[in-house]
Amino acid sequence: MADAMTDNGGFKYIGKHRRAVEHRRFVSGQGRFAADIVPLGLLHVAIVASPHASARIVSIDTSKALALPGVHAALTGDELCPAIEPMLPGVDAMQVKRYPLARGIVRYAGEWVVAVVAETRALAEDASELVDIVYETTPHVVDAEAAMAESAPQVHPALGSNVIYRRQFVWGAVDEHFAAAAHHLEYRVRWARSATVPIETFVVTCAWNDATRLLDIWASIQMPKFPDLMAKCLRLPGNGVRVHFDVDVGGSYGVKRGLKHSVLVGYLAMKLGRPVRFLEDRLENMRGGDMQGPDRIFDVSLAFDGDGTIRSMRMRAIDDIGAYAGRSPLQLGKPVGAIVGPYRIASVAYEAVSVMTNKTPQEAVRGFGQAPTNYAIESGIDKVARFLGLEPVALRRVNLIGKDEFPYLIPSGTHYDSGDYATVLDKALAAASHPELVAKRAELRAAGLLAGIGVSTCLEPSGGNSAFEPLFNPKNQTTTWMDSCLVRIDLNAAVTGVMGTSTSGQAHETLVSTVLGEIFDREPDSIRVVHADSLNALPSNSPVGSRMAIMLGGAAAGAAKILRAKLVRLGAHNLQLDDAEVRYEGGDVVSRADPSRRMTWDALVEIAHRHYHKLPPGMEPGLQEKFVWEVPTGGSLPTADGRIQMYPCHSFESHVVLTSIDPQTGGVTIHRYVCGHDCGVMISPDVVHGMTYGGISHGIGAALLEKFAYSEDGQLLSGTFMDYLLPSAQEIPPITIVDHCTPSPLTEFGQKGSGEAGYLGSVAAIANAINDALAAHNTSIDFLPMTPQAIWRTLNATALPKENA
Amino acid sequence: MKAAPFEYVRAHDLDHVLQLLAAYGTDAKPIAGGQSLVPMMAMRLARPALIVDINRLDVLSEVTIGPHAVTLGATVRQRDLEDDTALHARLPMLREALRWVGHTQTRNRGTVGGSLAHADPSAELPLAAVVLDATVHLRSEAGGDRTVPASEFFLGPMTAAVAETECLVSIDWPVWDGDGVVCVFDEFAMRHGDFAMASAACQLQLDADGICRRAAIGLGGVDGVPLAFPQLAARLVGHRIDADLARGIAADASAACAPGSDLHAGSDYRRHLGNVLLTRVLLQAGEQRLAA
Amino acid sequence: MAPALITVEITVNGKLRSAAVEPRTTLVDFLRDSLGLTGTHVGCEHGICGACSVLLEGDPIRSCCMFAVQADGMAVTTVEGLAPERGRLSKIQDAFCETHALQCGYCTSGMLIACHALVEHTPQPDEAQIRDAIGGNLCRCTGYQQIVDAVKLGTQPGYTVRADPVKRAATPENTVVPGASNG
Repeated sequence: MADAMTDNGGFKYIGKHRRAVEHRRFVSGQGRFAADIVPLGLLHVAIVASPHASARIVSIDTSKALALPGVHAALTGDELCPAIEPMLPGVDAMQVKRYPLARGIVRYAGEWVVAVVAETRALAEDASELVDIVYETTPHVVDAEAAMAESAPQVHPALGSNVIYRRQFVWGAVDEHFAAAAHHLEYRVRWARSATVPIETFVVTCAWNDATRLLDIWASIQMPKFPDLMAKCLRLPGNGVRVHFDVDVGGSYGVKRGLKHSVLVGYLAMKLGRPVRFLEDRLENMRGGDMQGPDRIFDVSLAFDGDGTIRSMRMRAIDDIGAYAGRSPLQLGKPVGAIVGPYRIASVAYEAVSVMTNKTPQEAVRGFGQAPTNYAIESGIDKVARFLGLEPVALRRVNLIGKDEFPYLIPSGTHYDSGDYATVLDKALAAASHPELVAKRAELRAAGLLAGIGVSTCLEPSGGNSAFEPLFNPKNQTTTWMDSCLVRIDLNAAVTGVMGTSTSGQAHETLVSTVLGEIFDREPDSIRVVHADSLNALPSNSPVGSRMAIMLGGAAAGAAKILRAKLVRLGAHNLQLDDAEVRYEGGDVVSRADPSRRMTWDALVEIAHRHYHKLPPGMEPGLQEKFVWEVPTGGSLPTADGRIQMYPCHSFESHVVLTSIDPQTGGVTIHRYVCGHDCGVMISPDVVHGMTYGGISHGIGAALLEKFAYSEDGQLLSGTFMDYLLPSAQEIPPITIVDHCTPSPLTEFGQKGSGEAGYLGSVAAIANAINDALAAHNTSIDFLPMTPQAIWRTLNATALPKENA
Repeated sequence: MKAAPFEYVRAHDLDHVLQLLAAYGTDAKPIAGGQSLVPMMAMRLARPALIVDINRLDVLSEVTIGPHAVTLGATVRQRDLEDDTALHARLPMLREALRWVGHTQTRNRGTVGGSLAHADPSAELPLAAVVLDATVHLRSEAGGDRTVPASEFFLGPMTAAVAETECLVSIDWPVWDGDGVVCVFDEFAMRHGDFAMASAACQLQLDADGICRRAAIGLGGVDGVPLAFPQLAARLVGHRIDADLARGIAADASAACAPGSDLHAGSDYRRHLGNVLLTRVLLQAGEQRLAA
Repeated sequence: MAPALITVEITVNGKLRSAAVEPRTTLVDFLRDSLGLTGTHVGCEHGICGACSVLLEGDPIRSCCMFAVQADGMAVTTVEGLAPERGRLSKIQDAFCETHALQCGYCTSGMLIACHALVEHTPQPDEAQIRDAIGGNLCRCTGYQQIVDAVKLGTQPGYTVRADPVKRAATPENTVVPGASNG
């Protein structure tokens, strides 16, 4: 259980327990997910995918499939690709084009080759088995370092290299700091390819109308600028697509970005003149759904003194992005905004290397690359502690940025807005009863187990901006990543908030109604929040980068404040007072001098909607206002040496974990899990805690269980839920969350973001706990997941047999 | 993930099942709980032309507790055995094994016969069957009744000695008479409810002094089939279970296995796990008897 | 040629429902596609995630691992049938809302089925029993904590379902303008 709420001062609805308004429809089975939307005449897609990691397509024969009654199309890349625009990478490498279907060449096992459309999904699968494709295999590469060699097989020969992005940043006097430091320590850690793997796969349904020339789209999407990209790829005007955001999305945490799915289905709907749906099955989702996460090798050097003070860091991150690039190279860019973690490290050299291999393409995953970087930094902190013979907690205390040092400028150009890292660490240690934990560790060790305590102290940048775009691609001058909200008070005096993106579990309707309730001083449960379609919506950049509490919450507050001010003016005018002579109270406007003189909410609404003669001169009738908010601190381009303010707000989390290892089996048990968390003012504490529990759970999976493993042939070995192991309630221990509140000075209520909470520090903490346990054997594991077999092999220094290396 | 097309027939009696199997041969497949078959069909790894539903045949779902054996019909649900105290008093192995089987939802459908016929080398009930040397009753239209001892029933991964025209009818599980019967089942899997990377089971009869009078032991997940080790078990008889004895037997048993490798466990690791788990179940059995 | 369709009759949430299906139609596809009961969700279609859980004759099962024809003549309860009546919630459903035991809502119907089955047999389950009961239901949002909390809360003696949700603001009296209400 989370502890009692921190008093965050003076709010009526914000920070209070409130049932999420979304829940009632879900617990009664009345949600509306993309798969629940079935237009009349719907056709279904099944995919024929490449069995090879790299091959030339010699021929495709779809005649037998098309001959099956009920089959409407068997689309190949030869038809599709010339008819649409490619999806382009987020970096300046335009030779790397991606289309929904392969044309001529396949670049990974699972890449889509033919899309079969039929009356039912089962029939589409029957037909897909009848498609004959002849391949001629070509050399492939599945190891990122091997792919960097000049002689390596080229995934995209047109680019001339498998390295799609590489840049060496140097921020500060790295060489001098290294030279002056008493010690250096070098290490390599690997982050395994895992992902958020939502329980709902990706689903998209499109319907085209020949008369209106409008493509309607219902998709389980969580993606910035999805409508614009759809229109561009399908060569339609922006107002030629209408994305329905009132679709409940069954989890995403970053990955629900089925642009290629949607372009394919959009094309098919236009081609066939019938509504078409592609509902990925789990096999398609795992292999060709392009939702696998970062896959990184970190080579790090730390320079530090005998007292533990860390002077400088050199980090090289090689990220295996698979066969195509979407925004994946940018996942090396976002961590630039928290590249020193919560530590006072004066200079950093950071080399970001994004490499293509013949594997499934990488997609954005919770934290957009920050969790791997945090794991790399935190592993090093513990290594330094072991090297110096210091307690990891003590070493952290030496290096944590002090609460009086904010705003704190890190070498790579980001100001951290606020924080009190030492206090959050202390709270977590206290909640975990750290001395008892130490005693328990000794007890477990005495019982013959290996036991370890792991601590992590990690940044959670929030308020998602896209400053990494211009940082990694000078031709991209995007400096805004706005979000917005429209608020209406109708004639019947009810409030409606309109947002312009879909929700995948973050309870945005609860967020917006709580904020509107707070500003209007009205009961939040009386306020409805709707998701406009993309043609009715104000701009949104979608719930990415832990941004919605800040950005959507800020936009909702902004719009409500404009409306509230209008009500005040209206009330004052009708009371024949100046604005300053009245106050706003629960929706009423009241004379400060004589509180018996008041205009009620209902009366004000009536005037605004019906009584133009009672409006102040020049006032627009009706009650409807919008607010579009730019990311605070956003708006600027990077410096020549690559410094930039990445995200505005910086939440912080400190994890404390006690684990034991059965040395005979390698099995890991988590005995205690505590997370101290500071995301400023929590608008919806239950929602924040929920996402934090979920993030920790996701991290436990990434640390111990989950991996998209590939054979040397480039075949995905964990393409089902029998092989890719999501933790259940029996693998996840009870978790204690302890809150702290350091308000952000940059946001409406002092809130920071928390959508990626928990995940950003849990993997590091578990890894540190396991390595604390293994330290008794003078060994450590520097890769993920730390499976029982991996631990057993480490303890016994037994290499994996060749056949399943 | 939709199954390839097939015909479905709900059998009205056992003869009906046998007629259909005789007529269709490999094209037909009886369906009991379907917890393995249906996913395999969804992945189109199995594509029978005919599914013969045997779930509603009362004759296949009987539980008979006899003096020397418990007879379980092929379609007895795993879940229905969990709380059967009379059964557990006679046959503790089933309860110990079922604790590790899947989840409530799968056990509500999964059957004893289906688990055996599926012959997953890591599954719990097949290991229990070989350790106790259960007897499997099969029937076909042409061949009539046939019995196969569990030791000969499992032929390889996912391959059991059930001919395509045969239906698994029931399983006799031997009951050990007398006092001091202890049964321990342990396994190691990546998650609760997953198939084991290795499993070990023993059933021992120990006298009041802890001397072993009768023993049966086995390992799962460490070979193409679950393995029993009657000769190694015989070495326990006449002895108190101590660490040296347990380790020696476990080492010999695990050395005799030929484990496969997969993503989560290489062959050497599986063999090691088998060794560890068998040692543990033997020692735990000894301790349980002393505590009793 | 596709095999002939088979008409099945299944009592779903207390009502006899009938449809003609292919033999290969799974129970979950029947519920969703033939009956329009979209509260039951599909997650993996190979018997691991538990999202498709329903009660068959009162016992929780995975409806992706059973063909609809097999359930002919049987009784099925889906998430839509857990509440005592339309517009109300069961204690467990209510407690899920109270403890924030869900986020995206996708695994929720399967979780509720598992929890209802649990408390049917074990009215006051402990933490281990709860975790065991939902062990076959995967959730990616919650880390399970608030689900465990919900079952504990909803099974406390005397737990009562919260009354109807707050009514949406009613039409204010003064906006009902004579002659204007008809447009």
